[in-house]
Amino acid sequence: MIAESGHYALVLALALALIQSIVPIVGARWRDAALMNVARSTALAQLLFVGASFAALVTLHVTSDFSVANVYENSHSLKPLLYKITGVWGNHEGSMLLWVSILALFGGLVAAFGNNLPLSLRAHVLAVQAWVASAFYLFILITSNPFLRLANPPLEGRDLNPVLQDIGLAVHPPMLYLGYVGFSISFSFAVAALLEGKIDAAWARWVRPWTLMAWIFLTLGIAMGSYWAYYELGWGGWWFWDPVENASLMPWLAGTALLHSALVMEKRNALKVWTVLLSILTFSLSLLGTFLVRSGVLTSVHAFATDPTRGVFILLILFVFIGGSLSLYAWRAPALKQGGLFAPISREGALVLNNLLLTTACATVFIGTLYPLALEVLTGEKISVGAPFFNFTFAPLFVPLLLAVPFGPLLAWKRGDLLGAAQRLMVAGIAALVAIAVVLAWTYGGATLAPLAIGLAAFVIMGALCDLAERIALFRIPLSLSLRRARGLPRATWGTAFAHAGLGVALIGIVCETTWNSEYIGSMKPDDVAKVAGYELRLDGLNPRQGPNFREMVAQFTVTRDGDKVSVMTPSKRNFTTRGASTTEAALLTRGASQLYISLGDTSADGAIAVRIYHKPLVLMIWWGPVLMAFGGMLSLSDRRLRVGAPKPAKSAARALQAAE
Amino acid sequence: MTRKQRRLTLIGCALVVLAIAAGLVLNALRDSIVFFSTPSMVAEKHLGAGKRFRLGGLVEQGSLKRGDNLAVTFTVGDGGATLPVAYKGILPDLFREGQGVVAEGALDADGVFRADTVLAKHDETYMPKDVADALKKQGHWKDDYGKPNNMPSASAAPTQGAMR
Repeated sequence: MIAESGHYALVLALALALIQSIVPIVGARWRDAALMNVARSTALAQLLFVGASFAALVTLHVTSDFSVANVYENSHSLKPLLYKITGVWGNHEGSMLLWVSILALFGGLVAAFGNNLPLSLRAHVLAVQAWVASAFYLFILITSNPFLRLANPPLEGRDLNPVLQDIGLAVHPPMLYLGYVGFSISFSFAVAALLEGKIDAAWARWVRPWTLMAWIFLTLGIAMGSYWAYYELGWGGWWFWDPVENASLMPWLAGTALLHSALVMEKRNALKVWTVLLSILTFSLSLLGTFLVRSGVLTSVHAFATDPTRGVFILLILFVFIGGSLSLYAWRAPALKQGGLFAPISREGALVLNNLLLTTACATVFIGTLYPLALEVLTGEKISVGAPFFNFTFAPLFVPLLLAVPFGPLLAWKRGDLLGAAQRLMVAGIAALVAIAVVLAWTYGGATLAPLAIGLAAFVIMGALCDLAERIALFRIPLSLSLRRARGLPRATWGTAFAHAGLGVALIGIVCETTWNSEYIGSMKPDDVAKVAGYELRLDGLNPRQGPNFREMVAQFTVTRDGDKVSVMTPSKRNFTTRGASTTEAALLTRGASQLYISLGDTSADGAIAVRIYHKPLVLMIWWGPVLMAFGGMLSLSDRRLRVGAPKPAKSAARALQAAE
Repeated sequence: MTRKQRRLTLIGCALVVLAIAAGLVLNALRDSIVFFSTPSMVAEKHLGAGKRFRLGGLVEQGSLKRGDNLAVTFTVGDGGATLPVAYKGILPDLFREGQGVVAEGALDADGVFRADTVLAKHDETYMPKDVADALKKQGHWKDDYGKPNNMPSASAAPTQGAMR
């Protein structure tokens, strides 16, 4: 009964989406307010029905109703409750339902909080949103219905893929989807602007918070996924340049560019055409990501779906939306009015450079991800493009970007003073040189590039602080006055500083982890001692243990340093009987920002067990960076100036800026 | 500067960045891509020692031997030919005899494939695509490889027909 209601609710949501796709557009043509307002109610109703549908699937999983194929294939009655819930989106059908639910959620949010939008713009935006939604509802109902029943209900389910039975899965996909799908809003706004043939600074003001929100979620989602891969897959890597990871990185790069270009558009009414294009591209890359992950065209850790009809269907969606929106762009964009002028050296100029480097970096990732696929389709030859490709292309493009980051916020709008900015960044430059010297001296004779990269990171972090110090005139005026200024600074300024510093923090983590990672791989018997990076790890023994739906072999290690006991670590190897699969549960010991990492291999006949022990210096900074970036994003989002409809926003913004200078 | 000059500066910058990026991409594509081979393709092409490639196929039953200090050897076959593989380290969780595997490395002088990475980027129901395609081409594809229900699962049997 629940399955059928869930299915029916989904069909109703499709019907509502179809109404929402057409009626508001007709209303906008006829200038009929009542018809345009249909968009609002249908968007909210759609959210209600798709939410009900999702709730139905969750209920089915929680109650372990194995007469439903989706539950049977991905659940088990003994599975812990948390994984019964997260298992809902740990499979193809469920994750697509989550996808459309989030799409409907964003549509609903625009409907609920978009009261200050011009009526026709809101109607257009929601209609475009409904086009996307309809396509995906059809996709689910035709090719991936999660509510299908089995003719002969089995007594027990096949359990969820053990690798996915982890708290990381509870958070990672929803976050990522909130990011991916969140960009649908800027896409809808862009297409709506093209349809209306009207676009201005106010448009950018409306789009920016939505883009920022999506960006925050995507940033956290990617970081979360990376950390999950790090501790769950058991080989200590945090980024593999796997096509599925690239699929989430590309929208992030384009989205970051979009955030910055929307800023130019909002403040200076320039770069309009480009911003619209970026909005379209960002969501197109999100769709492409969905296609790559969900169609099973890739051989990769995440590709669990292997059904060609789905691939073809998503490919069709991809062509219709990307082709359609780009054609519309080619047709209507020339009609959009030109924006303001600016000198190459100016805040706008810096943001253009940011956009240029980010989109180019995004393009190299795109090529590296799709080239093997294209080559296979065209010539039948199979190649793999691995990490070296991305290290040689992506990294050289990011270096100038990072060098330029501290300069951007210090340049004035319209016409900037590069020399002045450089002088104000003197402290950051000195800090960078000191950092290089210290690291070089410390690791004498070691890697040469790593100290330079650390110096670059120090420059970025200090540059962000310099910008803040400059704005509050730190040390030039009495401290109390500086503090008062700091309080008066717009939150967006703090946000920028945090986000930019986050880049530097992540870079330090990346460089330290890749350069000074030490590892021990070998087989150990009880009472054997392994030495890694000054720590001594003694294997105390191996004990079997029974979990809810698995059996595990737990190894106990005592960690000592200079004879003092530090901690006990217990990595394990789990065996999931239902699927006959095993997973490695790594044990992590955090010391400051560094971590010790133990994962287990196979036991041999003589009682020895294969172990992999890593010491990863400052590895946590890799994820603190994105968290800082997201925090910066949230600060910006909470800025009063971003809230549309605040009284006379333009004027108060100008005053705030003057006060800050 | 006039509008035109400014636009030219902008376009100039963009072209420079794009040219650099294109150079980097082409250079990296020349140096850092790895081709995929099966044991039969290795036999046909006479790949030289030291040339890196990815080897895909099925781990032959009974071929896995563990040596000292985590050294392992096994044989990868695709029905047409077999190739001995040597690897040192911990095999992935999903490594099994009779299952598909992808290994990256190069042949040594004795014709043994020295792998430095062994990938098992698949769950137990999923065959790496490269391997599946190669096996199909060789005519050794068994339809039940890719299906989820060849697993030892007590309750799976009666419902196979209803699943898809």
